[in-house]
Parts: sequence; structure tokens; C-alpha cells
Amino acid sequence: MRRQRVGMRSAAAGLGALLWLAAPGARAASADLDELMRLLAARREGQVEFVEQHYRKLLKRPVESSGILVYEAPDRLEKRTLEPRAETLSITGERLSIQRGSRSRALDLTAYPAIGPFVESMRATLGGNLGTLARIFTVDFDGDLSHWTLTLVPRDAQAQSYVSRVRIEGARERLLQVEILEADGDHSVMTLREHPTTSSSHPTP
Amino acid sequence: MTVREAWVVAAWVCALALAAVLAARARYIADLSAFLPRSPTPRQALLVDQLRYGPTSRLVLVALDGADAKTRAAVSVAMAHRLRDDPEFTSVNNGEEISADNDRRFIYEHRYLLSEAVTPQRFSTEGLKAALEETIADLASPEGVALKSLVPHDPTGETVQIIEQLSRTPTPPTRDGVWVSPDGARALLLAETRAAGSDTDAQERSLQAIREAFAAARRAPESAEPHGVRLTMSGPGVFAVTARANIEQAVVRLSIAGASLIAVVLLTVYRSLAALVLGLLPVATGALIGVAAVALGFPAVHGITLGFGVTLIGESVDYSIYFFIQSLRTAPPGVDAPIGASPWQERLWPTMRLGMLTSVCGFASLLPSGFPGLAQLGAYSVSGLIAAALVTRFVLPELLPRGFTIRDLKPAGEHIARLLGVLRRQRQSVLWGLALGILCAALLVLYGARGSLWNRELASLSPIPLPMQRQDAKLRGELGAPNALDLVVVSGNTLESVLQEAERAGQALEPLIDQKVIAGFDSPANYLPSIDTQAARRASLPDPERLRDDLERATAGLALDASRLRPFLDDVEAARHGPWVTAQDLKGTSLGAGFDALILRGPDGWNALLPLRTADSARPDIDDTRVESALARAHLQGTQLLDLKRESDALYTDYLHEAVRLSSAGFLAIVVLLGLALHSASRASRVLAPLVLAVLTVAAALAACRVQLTILHLVGMLLIVAVGSNYALFFDRLDRAGGADSMTLASLGVANLCTVIGFGLLSFSGVPVLEALGTTVAPGAFLALAFASVLTPRA
Repeated sequence: MRRQRVGMRSAAAGLGALLWLAAPGARAASADLDELMRLLAARREGQVEFVEQHYRKLLKRPVESSGILVYEAPDRLEKRTLEPRAETLSITGERLSIQRGSRSRALDLTAYPAIGPFVESMRATLGGNLGTLARIFTVDFDGDLSHWTLTLVPRDAQAQSYVSRVRIEGARERLLQVEILEADGDHSVMTLREHPTTSSSHPTP
Repeated sequence: MTVREAWVVAAWVCALALAAVLAARARYIADLSAFLPRSPTPRQALLVDQLRYGPTSRLVLVALDGADAKTRAAVSVAMAHRLRDDPEFTSVNNGEEISADNDRRFIYEHRYLLSEAVTPQRFSTEGLKAALEETIADLASPEGVALKSLVPHDPTGETVQIIEQLSRTPTPPTRDGVWVSPDGARALLLAETRAAGSDTDAQERSLQAIREAFAAARRAPESAEPHGVRLTMSGPGVFAVTARANIEQAVVRLSIAGASLIAVVLLTVYRSLAALVLGLLPVATGALIGVAAVALGFPAVHGITLGFGVTLIGESVDYSIYFFIQSLRTAPPGVDAPIGASPWQERLWPTMRLGMLTSVCGFASLLPSGFPGLAQLGAYSVSGLIAAALVTRFVLPELLPRGFTIRDLKPAGEHIARLLGVLRRQRQSVLWGLALGILCAALLVLYGARGSLWNRELASLSPIPLPMQRQDAKLRGELGAPNALDLVVVSGNTLESVLQEAERAGQALEPLIDQKVIAGFDSPANYLPSIDTQAARRASLPDPERLRDDLERATAGLALDASRLRPFLDDVEAARHGPWVTAQDLKGTSLGAGFDALILRGPDGWNALLPLRTADSARPDIDDTRVESALARAHLQGTQLLDLKRESDALYTDYLHEAVRLSSAGFLAIVVLLGLALHSASRASRVLAPLVLAVLTVAAALAACRVQLTILHLVGMLLIVAVGSNYALFFDRLDRAGGADSMTLASLGVANLCTVIGFGLLSFSGVPVLEALGTTVAPGAFLALAFASVLTPRA
């Protein structure tokens, strides 16, 4: 009886030691993620140029689009596509509006599970909002602050039937690339480049 | 009681019984048809149809405030779910995508017949190339995820095109799956009742159903904090129900208050409960006979006839007052004499009869009115007054208990006589000079206000408080519902012909949107194009060989390969041979609900409604002339603009003019009657002068207070003449009999006090129609008495 109890105790101690041994790495990663979120959250606004390649099985070759991406804390994101066709997609809170030429229409983000993950993966990352990210996606952090990768998988089954994964690469508070993998294998890769006017606090249009 | 007298009472009882049967069997309606013309012109008929049955008259706008957005949404969903199962409602919309699958299927299946973009040009090589380039750009946009599965079947984007066509009709923003106001603070819901908007009882049931659905939704477990949510409803049905309730409440409250006050006065005066009860017999008989007469003469009795009728025959309370008090005059001084024992009939009755006939002349002038409400009021008061006078004359004396007495009012009468004596000692020229002065002042005021003397808007009769009207306008704006006022109506013999003309009318209206005359319009053709239009679209679809070749050429150099678009070729070929889209195909879709609301099938054919939306919500009036000239340029035969406000105001103005004409005729009849009955122009003018002066003074006072006169003020003026003529005739009789008689004066004082109390109370009702009557009659009756006491006697 007594020996057995000792055995149990040592087993428990061994498990504890194992956990203790494993902890530093995990703690480092989570600390890096927290630090990254703090860095991102500290940026109140930003403007970058983007070039996006859309790979669709339906199309013979990828289609490229490009434009400017604007973020304003806490919840405004605007994607101004200039090529091949001018169109502006802007999200404030739960309101999404799409403007193309003189026409514009507004949508309720909550009603469009297909668009939600696209928008929120970028916006919550730019805002350093880990709470929102973790609510919508399972979040996987890889690398370190100087070069990191966030892998986001939608939690909602309906959203997953459109978007199976979003991968965001960055260096410190800068986002470098956003790759979106759709459920049917179509994917898009968006490369971001610091916009010349970003450093200015009064960006000129 | 002699045999003859017994017969009289028996006849009275029989008449009452018969009237009771007629009144019990009568059909009572409480809708707005009281305000609608008896023999309408075709345009008025259209107006009446719209006001009664039109889709806009059946809309209930519902707003949910309070608590948080999620709770509001949950309550909205639960309410809509319950109301959709309720047969009282034809459609319930809160922005939930309940028919979204049906809608998508319908649009997708019929895309080549529904899309406005389907033209021969679209299916040329260049047209195809442009459409495909657009689609490739769509695929690179965030919407691409949702669209890509459609592309092999619909590479020209007709489905998206149709969705865009339909989104021209604005809908409120959606949040948490339901419609909300632009600021997100309210959840919005739109319910359409099955019953006509004019069916106030049914509307009341519908509103009750909405309230119950709200209460049930608040009890539902999924709403977290339901008790913070508040319900607001608006719309024509809500207005009708509120208006009726307001009037009913005011009438009941004021009748009770007025009756109690008058009872207190009469009890104080008579000191006899029997006298009080017996005194009510003439007016009660009059009321019952009045209803019976209306039931006999009209297909149905309007609610307003019941509401106002009794106030109009209030004069008959005076009859019993005159009877009780003046019968005493034959008694020796200081002794309470039994009533009814004197030959009072010879003295009192001819005067009372002439007063009654004068009133009847006045009210009879309402009988030919095209405004059924007024005509019924005329019939009610004429028959009611005659009945009340006859009861006072023949029945009341028979019912008095033996030895029946009331308090001696001689001291009160003598007091009034002394007061009048002071006036009488003034020289006639002074009194008449004073009257002339008042007359000139009144005429001057009326002349100054001549432009704005009459209110020509039907809304002036609306018992709906202004804040409620503003709230309605606000909710309407938020829901993107048309203002319910401006419609283009297309009439025709067949559904196809009205759809074709609705399409042409739509083309004529389109430029007005750019010119900012209107913000837009809805049309049944947006949901179901005419077969003509469908055929034109089908004719634009090329045969398979040509389409294949064109597609080959169009895709050259594009990222999209023609080989991917085989389903497109098959679908186009199917669309070239399939059946036309019919109203049947719309069933079960939200488009079908939209279509049904805008297509009316009447006995004479079909009507298509194109409600117009105002360009500027701050200025709700649409420039009718520009809309009309746009329609005229398009040479459309069966199309006309119907501005419900303008038409109903025009209708009301017609009524007003007619009522003024008829009352003038009634006044002339009174002049002739008095001239004949009094055998003297001088006597007649002495009787008429105080009445004319009282009416003009009241009208001038109202105008000076910036009150615009309505048709109810006019009825009030008739009442002044009706009540006042009794006063003047009694003074005339006193004059002939040689001086003041204290009992007659006392009875006039009591009668006038009762009238002023009864109508004075109406002035505080808060219901415009009742206030109009009260503010006219209460001061008018008092002035009529005052003027008559001075002007009618000769010396």
C-alpha cells in the first residue's frame, strides 16, 4: 500500500517535471504572441499597398489585383482596389459596404459567413485584438517577433465551408503577406508593402 | 288619463319599441367610409379604393426599442415567426431571410427572362467579352467566394444583375439577421394585414395580435433581457384604431361628466328626482328615433353619427326644461302649483314648435350632402328633434305623477328680469348701435382672415396627435416604405396589359430619379416582367451554334476558358424554349409578396400600383405636375398619378364648399319660415339678428385666435342657430305678451347653462372634431341668449 502510494507520488512528480520542462517553450511562444498583439495594438492607423494574386481553378491563370489597404483603430478597415477595376470595400464595426463606380451597397457582416473570416482575420490582427481572433479562429503562432506566422482556422463550420485557413506572415508590427485558402482549394496571396505616406500622420490622398 | 291620452302613451311606447328593433337590427360601421363620397367620380373611386383596400393602408409599421441589439433581434424573430402563422396577416417582414432559398432559386432559374441586361447587344461577341471581364474582376473581389460556383452557369452575371435590380427598392439595414433603423437603435418589422385598412375592427384585432406576439416573444426563454424591449406600432390601421378609441373615450368621458354636471344643475333647479328622470325622456326618445331613422334611410349607421348625434339634439334637453319651468307660471304667486294643469300648450307649444322647426330647417340642409357622415347627422337630428318635441308636448304631460311639483324658480327669474331691466332702460338706438359695432368688428376680423379662414385639409379632422404623425413619418423613412401618399396607378383589362403599361410608366418615371423629383418607385413589373418584355429578352438569346462561336471569340485572351462554360450554353438553350414566368412562379418568394401588394384585381379589371418615394424626406410633397407631365409625354392611356393627400383634401374641400352652400340654403329656409310664421319682417329680423350676430362673433373670435374653421365648426354654427332660435323666439313671445316673465327667463337661464356646460366640456376633449363643436357652440349659445335678450324685444 505504502509503496504504491509513493509510486503514485513519484509518477505525479515526474508528470510535473515533464510539464515544467515543456513550459518554457510554450511560455515563450505565448509571450511572443502577446507582445506581437501589443505592438500591433499600439499602431492606431496604417496604410499599405497591396498586390493580390487570386488562384482560381475556374481560371486559366491567376488574376492580379492591387490597391491600398487602410486601417484605423479600433475597427475600421478599407480595401481600395485600384486595378483591374476600381472598387472600395470598407468595414466599420459590423457594417460592410462595397462601392463600385457610382453604386454602393451596405451589408451586415454577421449575415455573410463567407466574407466574415476574410475581413476579421485582417482587422483583428491589425488591431492586435487576440480576443476577437481567438473567438473566431483557432490561432496558431509560429516563429518569433522578428518574423512570425499566424495560422487562423475558422471555428464556425459554415465559415469553414468557404475559408479553410488564413495565414498571415509579418515582421514585428508589419504585415508582409496574407494567404487565404478557400475550402475548394482556390487560394489568394496578398503581398503588402509599406505605403510611402504611412510615416506621415496626415496622409495625403 | 283619458282614453285619448292613454292612446298617446301607447303610441309612444310602440314607436320606442319599433325604433329599438330598427336600431338593434341596424348595421354599424366604424370605418372611414363616413368621409367618402356617396357617388364618387372614377378618380374618387380610385382614391376610395386605395384608402380602403390599398396595400399602403394595410401596413403596420412595428419598431422595437430598448434592451440590447441581440435581445431586440430575438424578439423580432419570435414575433415574426408567430405572426407569419396568423391568418390575419398576408405578409410579415423583418429582414429575416425566410424565403431566401426560394428567392435565389426563382431568380436563378428565370435569370434570362428577368434580367434587364439581356439584350441582343449583351449576347454579341463584344457584349459577352465585356460581361466576362466583369465577372473575372468579380472573382478577384471578396464576393468572388460566393459567386464562383455560379460562374460556369451564369458567366454574364445575370443573377447578380437581377439582385441589383431588386435592390433599387431600398430595404433597411440588417443587423443580427433582422432589419434595424440606420442608427441600429431599433429593430423594425413590417406587417401587412389581410383586412382592408378601412375595417377598423379587423385592424384592431391585427394590432392586438401583434401585441400578443410581442408579449409572447418577451416571455420566450431565448430572449435574455426581454423586459427592456418596448413596442411601437404605426400606420393607417393604428391611426384608425387610435382615432376611434380617442373619440370613444372622449365621448364617454365627457358624456358622463357633462351628464353629471347637468344632472346636478337640474336637481338643484327642480329639487325633484322625478323631474330629472322625466326630463330626460324627450332627449332619450329623440336619440333612439334618430338612430332608427338613419338605419331606415341609409345602408349602415356610421360611428360618428352615434358619436355626435346626441350632442346635436342636446337642444331637446331644453324642451323639458321649458316645459317644467314655464308650466308653473299659471300658479298663484308663492304656491307650488301642479304642472300640466294649465293651458300651457297654448302659450309654450307654438313657440317651442317654431323653435324646433327652425332647427329642423337648419339640420335638414345637411340631408342632401354628398358627405355621408353629414347627411346622416342631418337625418339623425331632424328626426330626433321632431320626436323629442312631440314627446315633450304630448307624452310628458301624461306621465307626470299626481301632484308633481318642482321648486318655484320665480325668485331666480325675477333676478334675471332685474338684470335685463337695467339693459332695457338703455335706449334702443344705443343697444343696436352697440350690436352694429360688434357686427362691424366681427366682419372686419373675418375679412382680414378671409384667405385662411377655412382649413382645407382633411388632416384637420384627424384625431391623431402630431407627435404620432411625426413618428409615423420617421418609421416610414427608416423602413424605406413609401409615404403612402403618391401612387401612379395603371388600369387595364388584363394582367399582361397593366404590366406592359407599368413598364412603360416606369420608363417615363426613370428620368425623374436623376432629376431628383422622386427618389424612386416600386412597380409590379420589377418582380414580374410582362410576357412582351420576356419575349424580347428571349429573342436576344442566340442559338447554340452562334453562342458557342461568339463565346469562343469572346474568351480569346481572357483568363476564363470557354470550355468551362458548357453549362452556360445548355442553360441559355433551355431558356430559349422554356415556359414564360408567371405570377404562379412567384409564389413562396419574397418577390411574390412584393408583387401581390402592387397588383389589385377589381371587378372592372386590373390595377398596377407604382408607389413613388420622395426625394427629400424633409419635404414629403412630390412635385405632381412634373410627374404628370412625364407620364403625359409617354402617352399612357390607363395611367394616372394619384396623390392621396391632394385628392382627399380636394374631396374634403368639396364637402366644405357644399356644406357652406347647404347651410346658407338652410339659413334662407329659416328666414322664410320665421317670416311666414311671425307674419312680420320686423319680428323675424329681431329674432334673426341675435343669431347672426352670435354666429359671426364666434367665427370672428375663432379667426382672431388663429383657429382655422373646419366642417365641424360649420355644424357648430348650425347648432348655435338651432339653440339660439328658441331663445330669441321666447323673447319675441314675451315681448308680445307684454314684458318680462320671470319663469320664462328662469327656464332660458337654466337651458343655456346646461348647453354651455355640455359643449364647454367638449372644448377640453383633446379631439379636434369635438373641440371644434365645443368651442363654437358653448360661447355661441351664451352669446345668442345675451344678444336675444337685448335685441329681440322692441322696447
